Amino acid sequence: MHELSIAQEIIDVAVQTIPSENYHLVKAIRISIGEFCNIIPDSLLFCYNSLIDSSPILNCRLEIESIPLTVYCSSCNVNIEIKQPNFFCNKCGGTDIKIVSGQELSIKEIELEDDLREAT
Amino acid sequence: MSIIKVERKVLEKNDAIALCNRDIFSRKKIFVINMLSSPGSGKTSLIEKSVEAFGGKLKCGVIEGDVQTDLDAQRLDALKIPVVQIITNGGCHLEANLVGEAFSKFQNPAFDLLIIENVGNLVCPAGFDLGEHLKAVLISVTEGDDKPLKYPVAFRNSSVLIINKIDLLPYVNSSVERLKKNALLVNPLLKIFETSCVTGEGIDDWSGWLKAQINKNENSSFY
Repeated sequence: MHELSIAQEIIDVAVQTIPSENYHLVKAIRISIGEFCNIIPDSLLFCYNSLIDSSPILNCRLEIESIPLTVYCSSCNVNIEIKQPNFFCNKCGGTDIKIVSGQELSIKEIELEDDLREAT
Repeated sequence: MSIIKVERKVLEKNDAIALCNRDIFSRKKIFVINMLSSPGSGKTSLIEKSVEAFGGKLKCGVIEGDVQTDLDAQRLDALKIPVVQIITNGGCHLEANLVGEAFSKFQNPAFDLLIIENVGNLVCPAGFDLGEHLKAVLISVTEGDDKPLKYPVAFRNSSVLIINKIDLLPYVNSSVERLKKNALLVNPLLKIFETSCVTGEGIDDWSGWLKAQINKNENSSFY
């Protein structure tokens, strides 16, 4: 259940990033999760939804982008997508590969609604 | 609608503390290993046997991570080595700040080796850098030889695999060869040891290798 501490960290980062007078405008947090970082998106969402109600940005939803596991094969000199847990190049079968993507766990952006009070 | 670009790692706070821990360990010339495994694979037993094998030639300290109780710390107390227990109260892994705080509780941490025994769990601990120099994953033959395929992150992120409880091989369906093959499929660079903390088989190989890593690193720019 490390998703719980990760959900809390995501909310904390958003709360620190947004000026408190704009908390009511926060609509969505967009994050990227690599397929190879042991995070279950549904579990993270469940934890996030449990925590967000008691945060100052309670109307904010979490949007998760999944990043496939991609490796660089030094023999073929290309990046290829692989399926866990087979860590070899699916072109040449070589094991001299380096993970290029799939280990991400990052907050990309935060979406705010326009402040209607300002517009009027 | 407006978008605020953030582009921050979720675990950046943990990673920054881990970097700071690693810096402290390196400046003090303490080689630090982070041991991961399922509950009951034999992490504490392996620590006991390794410390015995060092025969007092290495100054060791242990940070014990458990969800509850200090039973493991009590066991290690018998070896007369400094132990700090972290009780996570339900937390499924150790984080860098917990390790930093635990390290500050040692009276005189002039260690050659600090072993961090992570919470027994093959999933969550694999994702958190604690500031260690080496990640070792332990698996017992009773867990089944398919586990590297089922929990690939722990095996991919570790540089050493210790296959423990090999004295039980006659009684289980696991094959060490299949286990190795599966582990190497996930991480072809894994250095593999086979041990039994009951018969002592393989303990000298493992502890000798570990000692050599410490000596090698003491003489290099590693720290």
